[in-house]
Amino acid sequence: MISTNLLALFYLISGVLFILALRGLSSPETSRQGNFFGILGMIIAVVVTFLSMGNFSDSFLYVIVFLLIGGSVGAFIAFKIPMTAMPELVAGFHSLVGLAAVFVAISAFLNPEAFNLGILGNIKLASLIEMSIGAAVGAITFSGSIIAFLKLRGIMSGAPITFPGQHVLNLIILISIIVLTYFLCTTQSSGLFWTLIAVSFLVGILLIIPIGGADMPVVISMLNSYSGWAAAGIGFTLENTALIITGALVGSSGAILSYIMCKGMNRSFFSVILGGFGGTDQVSKSNNKEQKPVKSGNSDDAAFLMKNASSVIIVPGYGMAVAQAQHALREMVDTLKKNGIKVSYAIHPVAGRMPGHMNVLLAEANVPYDEVFELEEINNDFANCDVAYVIGANDVTNPVAKTDPQSPIYGMPILDVEKAKSVLFVKRSLSPGYAGVDNDLFYRENTLMLFADAKKMTEDIIKSF
Amino acid sequence: MEIDPFVFRLSIFILSIFVGYYVVWSVTPSLHTPLMSVTNAISSVIIVGAIIAALAGNEENVFNEASIFGFLAIILAAVNIFGGFLVTQRMLAMYKKKKK
Repeated sequence: MISTNLLALFYLISGVLFILALRGLSSPETSRQGNFFGILGMIIAVVVTFLSMGNFSDSFLYVIVFLLIGGSVGAFIAFKIPMTAMPELVAGFHSLVGLAAVFVAISAFLNPEAFNLGILGNIKLASLIEMSIGAAVGAITFSGSIIAFLKLRGIMSGAPITFPGQHVLNLIILISIIVLTYFLCTTQSSGLFWTLIAVSFLVGILLIIPIGGADMPVVISMLNSYSGWAAAGIGFTLENTALIITGALVGSSGAILSYIMCKGMNRSFFSVILGGFGGTDQVSKSNNKEQKPVKSGNSDDAAFLMKNASSVIIVPGYGMAVAQAQHALREMVDTLKKNGIKVSYAIHPVAGRMPGHMNVLLAEANVPYDEVFELEEINNDFANCDVAYVIGANDVTNPVAKTDPQSPIYGMPILDVEKAKSVLFVKRSLSPGYAGVDNDLFYRENTLMLFADAKKMTEDIIKSF
Repeated sequence: MEIDPFVFRLSIFILSIFVGYYVVWSVTPSLHTPLMSVTNAISSVIIVGAIIAALAGNEENVFNEASIFGFLAIILAAVNIFGGFLVTQRMLAMYKKKKK
């Protein structure tokens, strides 16, 4: 048994180690050490919690057993999951944090003595409020992440689901959560507590269904943030410093990522949350456009252009992930490098389905991270490069974002691909991207469309070289 | 008059938000995916609450109404802790520099 003060100090150490874990991610070299700090912080938090209980009875054995069951499932998933499935894995993990927060809140509500929060039916007011916030945010995180998971996994269509009165309904439910919390605090009724959780589950679902597939980077970051606030809410209830610190860190981390993603699309956070973007009406509008001439070519043409280039910039997007073309792409780049061609990669902040998605896939294919550049770092280089190879990206290269104030993507920062001497654009068809906007780049003089699957085309180019 | 301990916790909370703000802005964009998976893992420190809840059952009845939720939360949080840290480790191991 260790004293409460000592316990609090150990939790503080855990909290500091978690800060160092995030700090380590400022560069790939320090990141592995950072992850180690995180693991250490977690071990300290769990061990001192055991010591503080001092109750090595049957229950203790069960705790170990359950911990190992969960742990082996987690370890199994971590080793088996393909890197292309990272977005849905992260969404799935968020849902677990949310549900765990709900369960801990329920447990604290049913047995407040265990946490020194008063007795059942007479829980301290502050604790009850904190508990309700933790449970409600946790439940929203859970059901919201499940929907995000289903959309990312492709089990549910990525198209936004909207219906009339949606926003009014959401608003009414959000207000009802506040009203429920108020009455819960005055009556301590367990019925109201369960209703609160049920309603929060519903809000989570309703909040995420109107948001379309390519807005998922914002959704995942936002749910990341929610899971942090849920943890912080529970941290206040349990008066636990480690949880409060972690909750605040994760909460602000997710919020910053959401902000970066929104900025990458030049959309306000609210317009993303309200959803409906990339709906059908925009697509039908662009279909009415007259046919414009397009130059298309095959792998031999592409190989010829690249052979005569001295520098090539690769622009990967979500399509590369779908086609699993990252390994073929790296082989192609190896061939180019052997021929003395300078190659770099340009990553748009919202390329893919989650923050940093493309970087992980390229790292998996053994692309050194110092050949991969962010938008601001590389955008000026397009003017001096001979060939830009666009593989699976679309909206993030559309020059319309700079020129047409009527366009839904106007003002979005884009990669200046059109400034390259020639653009090779790998795509299955001329269909518009997620935003439903026709890409002006397809019809440019210096663009050669390569109509094929991203992986197949890349492999064919290697053969033609 | 003594300061309410809640005020202390609130101070820690607010200061941690600021620490988080500055630390996360310095994370390199190429590591944003590992950032998400590691924040996932550390937010599962909620397991300490789950452990307390699970151990609150009495000797004769390990699984009572309240502790069963604690046990369930332990499983969920453990999946996340092991899964989150290990998958982060796996990703970070892939980030390599150019061979000179």
